[in-house]
Amino acid sequence: MASGEGDWADRTLVPGTWPEGEPKAAPAPVSESDRTRVVDLTQAPDVQIVELHRGGGDLTPELLETSVWTDAMLAAAGIPVIDVPFVTVGGGIGSFVTADYLRIAGVPTSQIRVLSNIDFPWQTYEYLTRVSQIPDTARIRSDSSSRPDNIWGFPSYALTEAWRDKDLNNLLHVLIEPVFADYWTPKRSTVFGSMAKESRRIGFDQMLVKGVVRMVRRRFGGDYFVIFTPPEGTSATKRVAYRARFVHLAVGYPGLRYLPDLQEFREKYTDYEHVVNAYEPHEHVYETLKARAGTVVLRGGGIVASRVLQRLFDDREQYKLPTNIVHIFRTYVDGAHGPNAWMRRKGGDGWAYQGFNYPKSVWGGQLKSQMRKLDGDERAALYKVMGGTNTPKRRRWQEQMRDGRRGGYYHDMQGIVQKVEPAPGGGVVSFVHGKNGDQEIRSDFIIDCTGLEADISQHRVLADLMEHTGAYRNPLGRLEVERHFEVKGTANANGAIYASGATTLGGYFPGVDTFLGLQIAAQEIADDLARRGWCKKIGPARSTIQWLRWCFNRPV
Amino acid sequence: MVPTLTGRIQTRIFLLATVGSVLTALVTPVLPISGPLGSAYKTTFIILAAVIVVGIVWELVYHLLMQWRWEKDWPSMFGLLTALPEGALIWALLVAHAIPGLHTTPPFGAFLADFATVWVGVWLVANGPMRVPFLRWRFRGGRLV
Repeated sequence: MASGEGDWADRTLVPGTWPEGEPKAAPAPVSESDRTRVVDLTQAPDVQIVELHRGGGDLTPELLETSVWTDAMLAAAGIPVIDVPFVTVGGGIGSFVTADYLRIAGVPTSQIRVLSNIDFPWQTYEYLTRVSQIPDTARIRSDSSSRPDNIWGFPSYALTEAWRDKDLNNLLHVLIEPVFADYWTPKRSTVFGSMAKESRRIGFDQMLVKGVVRMVRRRFGGDYFVIFTPPEGTSATKRVAYRARFVHLAVGYPGLRYLPDLQEFREKYTDYEHVVNAYEPHEHVYETLKARAGTVVLRGGGIVASRVLQRLFDDREQYKLPTNIVHIFRTYVDGAHGPNAWMRRKGGDGWAYQGFNYPKSVWGGQLKSQMRKLDGDERAALYKVMGGTNTPKRRRWQEQMRDGRRGGYYHDMQGIVQKVEPAPGGGVVSFVHGKNGDQEIRSDFIIDCTGLEADISQHRVLADLMEHTGAYRNPLGRLEVERHFEVKGTANANGAIYASGATTLGGYFPGVDTFLGLQIAAQEIADDLARRGWCKKIGPARSTIQWLRWCFNRPV
Repeated sequence: MVPTLTGRIQTRIFLLATVGSVLTALVTPVLPISGPLGSAYKTTFIILAAVIVVGIVWELVYHLLMQWRWEKDWPSMFGLLTALPEGALIWALLVAHAIPGLHTTPPFGAFLADFATVWVGVWLVANGPMRVPFLRWRFRGGRLV
């Protein structure tokens, strides 16, 4: 391309992560008088041309208030537009798995962009699992065949670990599970290592663009605009718009969530030390307990509570600590529970027991095909039956709790905490109302293990989508999507917005917020894109050939 | 495995007809069955057909038993253990000459080797390699169509 005056005068390149090779240095910000500066386009042949027009480069009131945008509106605002057919928002495991599927379906990296505010797909997952007491060497709550790095689920993690460690015990374990052993699950480090390898294989970094997505709006005539804020100093304008025919949202949880009484306590007394959420770093609790005797109150009955409990028990054993633990269950499950003999889940000592986040058949069996047929209240009802916080029944944990009860240092109880106040001698007091009346429980710390913020309106992009683009809530209050994960209400000419992951819980597919769930969504999305003629459908031949390429770590 | 009823039946028919046929064809020549190879093949393939047909009824039974499991899954181990009752029933039918087309009972050793080879071979394929060409199979409860 010849550089020169004329119709190239208004064009410049938007810096950031380039499609191939190292990130280029950002050109100097273009001032008003400088708008006719010309750039040598031969340096980055794959970069789409960006048009820089008059205007400040930020959102205008007109853009914010109008639901459907025209190209002219963005030009007037001075926001450069980049054309990419498929954009995935989030950059976490949901985006990774979807990009992986599309790459395997034959889509080149130039046609996909991953708009991410993190550096690698498992960053958020790594952080959350680490602070909620799952270190690298520990095993996560995920099936052997749920491999985010391998769309076929074969070889399974158990087989891979057996091969790598030359240890057949892994294989024996998956053979006898779940009757003669707990469900086998992979080590955290195995999962991350495998994702890093697959990420390199599919050229993920070539598709990655760092920054924050502000909103997604319909474009007049078809396609969507995704407003993107690149990191400061890397772009000539504050905002950049991606014009895409297909947008995929995998934005995850908006943030932490506290129980109302604990939220109130933290705000009223500005005390963020004694009351913590298990999903935030809280090492100070364990360090303090190593230094002196203390009591911890645990709230919640799920996997996080189990892991925090294990940490407390392990520390107790390792450092010979006198730590006292009081576990308050709002809903105390004291045995098998369920509406009938064919829908009965194990439980006991306050906990509901289940191998994985959902009953296994949601990932392809009976429950999946059942839920697929339901709408509205019927769907909500089935979710309710299989819902409720639960944890795996692991032999080691059962042992630790038994020892705790016998030793008098682990007390479990049913109760609803009405309020929490600072205790006179230090620490906090929980005012608990339970079946056996009211109690005051004094403790040094309260660890809230009840989970993450799940209200989708707490996420800007989703709130905006509901307000301007026609998205709406499903029977469980999250984003309603089709069986093929298209967000209902948001179609635009031949384009579509898809969503997968935690934000879509409550739809036709129950197991969303899981590795396998994200892959199932990615498969449905890839198949839908193939139906629309945008990419190839992965049939038996392509699937087999791609699997062999995976096995030999050959690029897609 | 997280099968649906339709999926179980489709998978059984498909795998026994394909992998089962290949393994039967390979193993029959080395089985201790007296007589010409042709009649040995007739015997083993009729047994294969019997395992398919009778198996459809077994799948109904397994589906019913699975309803008592909260997870509604059919652990891999069960897929191996069911070789015992299924094999026993087929043997009983063979001894009783109840299988159409077979008028003599093959030697027990031959039957055992044949049945075990096909069973383990199909089980191994179902627990891994099936997912390679049939990408959507495990998410559809085992349905191929």
